This record gives sequence, C-alpha cells and structure tokens, in this order.
Amino acid sequence: MAAPPRLSKMPTSPQRRKSTIKGYLVGAVLALVLTAIPFGFVATRTLRPKQIFVAISIAAIIQVVVHLRYFLRLDLKPSSQNKSISLCFAAVVLFILFGGTLWIMFNLNYRK
Amino acid sequence: MLGKLTIDALPFYSGIAMAGALVVVSGVLGVAALVTWLGRWRYLWSEWLTSLDHKRIGIMYVTLALVMLVRGFIDAMMMRTQQAVALDSDGYLPPGHFDQIFTSHATIMVFFVAIPFLTGLFNVVVPQQIGARRLAFPFMNSVSLWLTAAGAALVMSSLVIGKFSTAGWNAYPPYSEAQFSPDVGVDYWIWAILVSAVGSMLTGINFLVTIVKRRAPGMRLMMMPLFTWATLCTSILMVFAFPALIVAASLLGLDRYLGMHFFTDGDGGNVMNYVSLFWIWGHPDVYILILPAFGIYSEVVATFSGRRLFGYESLIYSTAAITALSLVVWLHHFLTMGSGADVNAFFGQAAPLIAIPTVVTIFDWLFTMYRGRVQFTVPMLFTLGFIVTFVVGGMTGALLAVVPVDIHDTTFLVAHFHNLLIPGALFGYFAGYQYWFPKAFGFRLEEKWGRRAFWAWIVGFCLAFIPLYILGFMGMPQHLNRYYTPGWQPYLIVAECGAFFILCGIIFLAVQLATSIRDRAALAVPTGDPWDARTLEWATASPPATYNFAVVPHVNGIDSWWTMKQAGTAARKPGQFHDILMPDNSGTGVVLGAMSFVFAFAMIWQIWWLAAVGALGIFAALLSQTFRDHAEHRIPASEVEAIESRRILAPALVSGAPT
Ligand code: HEM
Ligand SMILES: [Cu+2]
Repeated sequence: MAAPPRLSKMPTSPQRRKSTIKGYLVGAVLALVLTAIPFGFVATRTLRPKQIFVAISIAAIIQVVVHLRYFLRLDLKPSSQNKSISLCFAAVVLFILFGGTLWIMFNLNYRK
Repeated sequence: MLGKLTIDALPFYSGIAMAGALVVVSGVLGVAALVTWLGRWRYLWSEWLTSLDHKRIGIMYVTLALVMLVRGFIDAMMMRTQQAVALDSDGYLPPGHFDQIFTSHATIMVFFVAIPFLTGLFNVVVPQQIGARRLAFPFMNSVSLWLTAAGAALVMSSLVIGKFSTAGWNAYPPYSEAQFSPDVGVDYWIWAILVSAVGSMLTGINFLVTIVKRRAPGMRLMMMPLFTWATLCTSILMVFAFPALIVAASLLGLDRYLGMHFFTDGDGGNVMNYVSLFWIWGHPDVYILILPAFGIYSEVVATFSGRRLFGYESLIYSTAAITALSLVVWLHHFLTMGSGADVNAFFGQAAPLIAIPTVVTIFDWLFTMYRGRVQFTVPMLFTLGFIVTFVVGGMTGALLAVVPVDIHDTTFLVAHFHNLLIPGALFGYFAGYQYWFPKAFGFRLEEKWGRRAFWAWIVGFCLAFIPLYILGFMGMPQHLNRYYTPGWQPYLIVAECGAFFILCGIIFLAVQLATSIRDRAALAVPTGDPWDARTLEWATASPPATYNFAVVPHVNGIDSWWTMKQAGTAARKPGQFHDILMPDNSGTGVVLGAMSFVFAFAMIWQIWWLAAVGALGIFAALLSQTFRDHAEHRIPASEVEAIESRRILAPALVSGAPT
C-alpha cells in the first residue's frame, strides 16, 4: 500500500536508498524461490503427500519471516517496545488461530 | 466481448426486480442531476471526494451507511411482508428472489451499514479525542473509504444487472460452489466482500497506528477516553479478522473460477475449512460491531450524567477482555455442526465467559448514572433502550449456549442476533451520531423528532423481534419463504407491524435531519461544547478547523477537557502559533475505488479485457501515488491565528460544579 505523504523535511540519503533496494531485491528473490519450491514438490510429486505437506508448511513459515525481514524491514534489535509487543501479540493470536483450525480439522477427520 | 453479460441480465423477467432496478437507477440519476443543477460538481470533488481530512471522510462514511441502511431496511421490509402473507401460498416473492433478498439484507447490514457507520464515527471523533491533527495514513484512509464505497456499489448494481447471491450472507459451500450456484450471484457477493474487506483491514491498521503513535503528549494508554479504547480494540480485531475473510472469499472464488477444490466435497476439499475461516472473521466481527457502540455508550453516559465514569479502569479491562476472548471462541459456531466432544466442551465453556466483562460494563454505566444527574437527551435514550433490551438478549444468548435446547436454525436465532446487532450496535451508532453531530457540523440535531425516532425504533424493534423469539420456540425455521402452519401467521403479522414502526423511525430520523438543517441558526453551538462534555474532542472548534488543534494540548489524566475547564485553562488563548503541515487532497483514492469497481465488475461477468483495464488502472493509481513526494501543504502561523481568533472559546466552569 502506498506510503503516507512523506514529511518533505526528511530526504532519504543515497546510501540508505541503495541498501534498501538491495534488501528488496534479496527479499523478492527469496520469496520467489520459496514459492517455487512448494510448487515444484507438488508438480513433480517426488515426496509422499505427508512429506509434501510438511515441506510446504516449512516454506510458508520461512516465507513469512522473509516478508517481515526484507519487505517490512523488521529486525530483532530491541529498539522499540511497541514493535516487540505487537510481534508477540501477533504470534500468540496466529498460534491460536492456526492451532485451533488444525485442531478442528483433524478432530473432524478423526470422527469420520 | 461482453463475457457472460447479455441483455437477459436486465430485470425484464420480474416486475418487482424491475421496480428495484428503476429505483436505483433513478436515484443515481436524480442525485447526479441535482448536483449538476446546483453546479456543485467541482465543489464536491475538491472539497469532499478527494479530501484526506479525516472528519470529511468520516462524514462520507456515515452518509454511505445511512443510504445503505435504507436499502437494507427495504429488503427487511420485503421479507417481513412475504412471511406475513405466505401461509399456504407463494406470497408475492418467488423463492429465488426471497433468497436473494435475505442474502443481500444481511450482507448490506453487516458490511455496508454497520462497518461504514462505525468507521465514520472513528474518523470524525478519534483523532480529536487523542489530540491528533490527522491520521497516521491519511491517503490510505481515503482508499479505505473508496474501496468500501466500491463494494456497496457492486451490491447495488446487482439489483440492476444480473442477480445477487442466494447462498445466504455466509455463502457456505457446497451451495455457493459453481455446481449449485452457476450464475453470477455468488460472484457479486465474493467481489463485494473482497473489495470492502480490504478497505476495512486498512482501516484497522490505520487506527491502530494512529492511536499508538499520535496521541497528544502526556496521554498514556490508561488516560484515553473509552471510545478511543473501543476503537483501539476494534482495530486490532479488524487487523486479525478481516484477512481470514479475504482468504475464505478468495479461495471460494478460486473454486468457482478455476475449478479448484478447497471446499468441494471430493478431491480433498473440506467444507469445514470454509466454515472455520469464515467464523475466524465472523465471531470477532460481532465484537467489531459491538465494541464501538459500547465505547459510545460510555461517553454518552459520562457526559449526560455529568460525572466521571464509574470504574473507568474496569471498563478498559472489560473491553480488552472481550477483545481477547472474541479471537478465541470462534469455534463455538461449530457446536451444531459436529466436531469432537472435547473441542465442543472447551468452546462451549469459553463463550459464556464473554458475559462477565459485559456485565461489568453495564454495571459501571448504571453506577455512573446512579451517582450523577442524568439528562434524558436523545443519545441517552438510545443508551437506556440498549441496556434494557440487551439484558434480555444476553439472557436468551445464554439459552442458546446451552446446546440441548433445540432452537438452533430457528427464528429464535434471527431474533437473538438482531438483538445483538440492533440495540447492541445500531442504537450505539445512532447515539454517537446524535452526540457528535454538533461536533461535525456546528449545530445540534433537534430533540423532538429525535425522541420520536427513538420511540419508534424501540417499539418497532420489540414488536418485530419478540414474536420471532416465540416462533423459535414453536419451531419455525429461519429463511422460510412459505409455510403451512396457520399458528405462525399472527406472530408474523405482529412482526410486520414492528417493521412499520421501524420504518417510521427511519423517516423520523430523516425529518429530524431536515428540520435541524432548516433551523441550524437556532441550533448552533457557538462555543463548540453543547453538552458540557468531558473528553478532548470537545476542545476543538465545532466544526473543527482542518488541523483540529492549533496548539496540541498536554494531557495529564482522563477527561482532560473537563479538567481544563475546571482549571480555567480551556478559555485561554494560546500565546503563539506555529505553521502546521497538513496532507494535500488526492484524487487517487477515488480513482482506485472506481478502478476496483471496474475490475470486480469485469471479473464477475468474466469480461477479461475490461478486467485488464481495471487492473492496470489500480496499478497506475498506486504507482502515481508512490511518486508523489510532496503531498503536504503548510498552513502559515498567521493563518492559523486568524482562524483561531474567529473562534469563541468555552467559558471556564464555575468552580464547585460536580465532578
Ligand atoms: C432494521 C430492522 C431489521 C429488520 C426488520 C430485519 C429483518 C430481518 C429478517 C426478516 C431476516 C431474515 C430472517 C430469516 O431468514 O428468517 C433478517 C436476516 C438477517 N439480518 Fe436483519 N433486520 C433488520 C436489521 C438488521 C441489522 C441492523 C443487521 C446487522 C447489522 C441485520 C443483520 C441480519 C443478518 C446477518 C441476517 C441473516 C440471517 C441468516 O442468515 O440467518 N439485520 N433480518
Ligand atoms: Cu460467535
């Protein structure tokens, strides 16, 4: 989504711009690779379904980290309290939502 | 060339559908003609549509909500009439049409009435409550508005071109899959939901960041007004809930367009996956609609009792608790859909937990009123009406949580969630609309018609929905378009009468608005603080200058405006003014909304070249926005001073007034 109107007083320095462009490119390449891998597994069926499932899940999780790191430029430096609180909160909520979904879905299969 | 779109899409097949289409078309043409006749296109474009001022965006949101309320209500009226007459007969609506109407009623009420209404109130009020001059992302705010409007426009166009979904507002597969619903109805639903859900998610992000980052100096979280707290919690819910809906609708779309099998019966698909995703959104969404109303009730109760809220902190903890729980207990919607016993046991117990914070909240309001001197203004009436009806609704909810009572899928359920959504949400928005109207426009809404509207709504609500509770116990299923049990008909006729009262309520609200505009000189609020209110939004002029605060105040506690009035600092003019930077207007949001409409419409009818045009348009609009580097203008200190000197400041309070 588009950035908010920038404060005209804060020009981005050339070095900073260069390093962010590099970051974005690395991120884009990683994201593409991480998308290609699951597709490759599914298309070629080299692994058994359960294993493919695990491989896709792992690729997805790494994908999330790549997005956070290279596109949203989050790092683990304890620079801001807001940042760590919101990350932890998001992690907990996502854990509940995903865990809960998996729980129901497997619980359903179990009963079939 | 035109995909699936042919002349048959026009509603020549049915008189009723034709009438609906004509009303929509003539309404649009009528408004356009009026604006042309008044010569106001340029004004409309440059002062409103392209505005990035959160107050104007808020007013446009509320306008959208009120217009769509009329549409949603007409749908409700048609269903009530059908059910009142359809004993042993077809009534006047063919089954397919009835199903479209209950789908569109529910979709409109939830996505295009409730959400825009509460977002509009956020926009008008929250930045001023926290002492901010603008939102964190003003342009994104305009995008949210125009995406929501595009979604609403899609639903409205389905009245004229093609048909709307018959699959219910939650579009459960397999019925919503291409196999059972091959026409474009479900596609209309999917795209209207997708477009507006993206808008709502962005709104959530925007207000979350604004409240976290842009509070006035000194305002800690535990000093924020309760409406701001409600907004904060609602925003968090929006950020987490709407993506689930977006995913659910997209996957359903992939099933329909590309023959995938996410939710089909065969080939590894699973309907329960849709149900789970839908309620990950749907359950928090109930609280997304209700929490803002609770926030409004808190402000209204404090102001019109003339005292500090009783149990301010417990109110905050209740709001936070409701937020946290609502993210967890979505699974209780599976209770009747069959999952293992332990899953059901856990969530069956978690759901009633929400009752505890709700009860705490209501007791805090009652104590505040008990200790204060209550003024029975229109916002207060809506609040009291809510408290009474909600207690009843809460008890019926408890009944519903006890699974063995077999009232699921009956009209009991319909009555139950209308009880949550009409007094629990809509009345709150009405209270907020009445309460903050002078803030936004500088004159009050007139009381007499306001009171009449309130009584018509509350009587109408009871008449329309109490019969449905009873019918639920008698076993009448929901969604019936005809029935053969004579015993039901009297109740359905009473419900129809209730709908007529609600119709009067809507008309009275319109009359109130019209007479208030006529008498605006007499109703003006020159000091800007007509209710002798407590929170910071009343410290600005009414209507506020674009920058809200000429000098950003320093906050030391809750009810900071009240404290300023007590200390006599409210009327003091600031000694020195500074330049203020404000965002420029931008037409990009409008273009983006329009292009999203074009894209979605083309996708619905599978007109691929037009879809490409729409997609390119969206991309170009975003691109042009990223290249706008200087999107702000400076309001010089001298101009700020000139604006402020025209303002009449509120007099200091006489000391010794009750606190
Ligand atoms: C203003 C007065 C209203 C009336 C008279 C009314 C009436 C109705 C009726 C007759 C139905 C169909 C029930 C059935 O299928 O048997 C219905 C469904 C529904 N209404 Fe309303 N309604 C009103 C306001 C609202 C509001 C304000 C909301 C939400 C904010 C809302 C949300 C819904 C939903 C979600 C459904 C779907 C029910 C389902 O699928 O089972 N309604 N309403
Ligand atoms: Cu629920």
